[in-house]
Amino acid sequence: MTEPRSAEAQAIVANLPDALISETVKLGSLYLCIERERIADVLALLKSDPGLRYDYFSECVGVDYSEWKEERDLGSRFEVVYNLMSVSSGARVFLKVGADDGEAIPTCMHVFAGAEYPEREVHDLLGIEFQGNGNYPGERFLLPDDWVGYPLRKEFPLGGEDVVFAHGTLGPAVEDIASPLAGESFEGTTGTENVSPQGR
Amino acid sequence: MAKSPFMPTTGTSFERTGENSMIVNMGPQHPSTHGVLRLVCELDGETVVKCRCVIGYLHTGMEKEAESQTYQKCVVMTDRMDYLNANGNNLAHALAVEKLLGCEIPIRGQYLRVILAELSRIASHCVWLGTHALDLGAMTPFFYIMQQRELILDMFEMFSGVRMMPSWIVPGGLRGDVPDGFEVKVRAFLRDFPGEIEVVEGLLVENPIWRERTQDVGIMTGAQALELGCSGPIARASGVAWDLRKSHPYSGYENFEFQIPVGKTGDVYDRFLVRIAEMRESAKIVEQAMDQLPSGPVNTLDRKVAPPDRSELDTSMEAVIHHFKLWTEGYRTPVGEAYAGIEGSKGELGFYIVSDGTNRPYRWHERPSSFMNLKALEVLAEGRLIADIIAIIGSIDIVLGEIDR
Repeated sequence: MTEPRSAEAQAIVANLPDALISETVKLGSLYLCIERERIADVLALLKSDPGLRYDYFSECVGVDYSEWKEERDLGSRFEVVYNLMSVSSGARVFLKVGADDGEAIPTCMHVFAGAEYPEREVHDLLGIEFQGNGNYPGERFLLPDDWVGYPLRKEFPLGGEDVVFAHGTLGPAVEDIASPLAGESFEGTTGTENVSPQGR
Repeated sequence: MAKSPFMPTTGTSFERTGENSMIVNMGPQHPSTHGVLRLVCELDGETVVKCRCVIGYLHTGMEKEAESQTYQKCVVMTDRMDYLNANGNNLAHALAVEKLLGCEIPIRGQYLRVILAELSRIASHCVWLGTHALDLGAMTPFFYIMQQRELILDMFEMFSGVRMMPSWIVPGGLRGDVPDGFEVKVRAFLRDFPGEIEVVEGLLVENPIWRERTQDVGIMTGAQALELGCSGPIARASGVAWDLRKSHPYSGYENFEFQIPVGKTGDVYDRFLVRIAEMRESAKIVEQAMDQLPSGPVNTLDRKVAPPDRSELDTSMEAVIHHFKLWTEGYRTPVGEAYAGIEGSKGELGFYIVSDGTNRPYRWHERPSSFMNLKALEVLAEGRLIADIIAIIGSIDIVLGEIDR
């Protein structure tokens, strides 16, 4: 990668030479791509560095990029974006970590205790495993315990899912898989010729 | 998993730590859990050994749903997240989309947004104060303060026709200007509100029962609050002088003078004082915004984002095309990602939107303030009496619609 420009990137390169992948500024916000295995160390570093002091853990959010067609920072299917802020300086930084199916991200609960809930949410809705945040094995967080699948994955249909009864048996589907209204498509074009039967 | 015939702990793997402890299940249908929150508590006598929150009873998959809706249609889902601070949610969503679009809102639009957001904050704090006091046995404040909230909801009804979910702040501006008579109503409210809040405050501040129940209960330090991701009045009650309206001003907040109330001990009582003081500051902001409110348009002049005025449709073909395109397709945001955070009534309220260049978000996520604040309950309840849990839940001020989304 090129020379680190921001103070955050320089601190990471100086202390954890193998952790930083890339550095970009989008719409005025700093995004740093971090190696998956080193995320907890990077968070600890940014938190304790006396010049930076990223002491406020805002949240972390998962994104499924499996249907993404544009350019990207990372190559893996999922991205988890950590949102940190320094209350003293007001600076904000977004750390990105990539993960593919079946790859686990180290938890950062020991660095920021508040990471427990958002990590569990990402696991529940996207199926990304957080190594070390294993207080509740096999347990769903926002979804019912007998729910099958991860709804925020792109292949999960919007509507059309079977009703799940207790003990894992499946009932009838609630409604048809959502399709665009006549004359409207999910790609944002109008005119009946563009209507796709399955949506996106 | 602790199994017992009369202590249902289904839905959570809860490890009992002591031998003589008892597991008590609070909620989801419990009056003082403020919605469908379920708490599984391990008790040693009356002392809480461990407390776990079980959530998800209101999960409706809004973030998934948004991926198939245009940005305009996403607005109505934001109201239903934190339904007590609907205008704040609308504003956060609008700011995130506008950041992607790079569009500017005229001053009148910005100030009207501030007025609506601050009125929402007062209304939200009114509900908090009423229910929090009610939980701890004080019934009178509820009746006084809910009356004030009703007045604010009347104003919301006046401009949007809806009391709780106005969906009035949209990307590109507002759905419309406020009607005639709105200012008179706001001014009348602002005139009486400080007196009304003093009445309610007087019922509680020096009240020995209230102080007994709230002082030195649920103490959290500032560093602890930030580490847990707590923001807003909770962090400020713990001595963290941080408010996004000051540190990252948006929508013209830099033009208003107001204070950030900060607590010292970080207990339930301090959170109560901070929120009361915040209501007064919000009223001051509304007054200033009303005084400085310029005339002019409320929406961006970019016709690709905000619809043309109705009067233009009769004479301009271009306006008709813009109108048609906006209400059939919406607008396309450039490829990219944006996060915009505001100071909601419960803390930092932000939207993280990933756009793939279509008219719908590729990923649409709310940074839920109550969800992050809720973690504090598990930490604060440990070692306290079970009655203190009620005080702590009330002081955290959660809305389950936002937690579960």
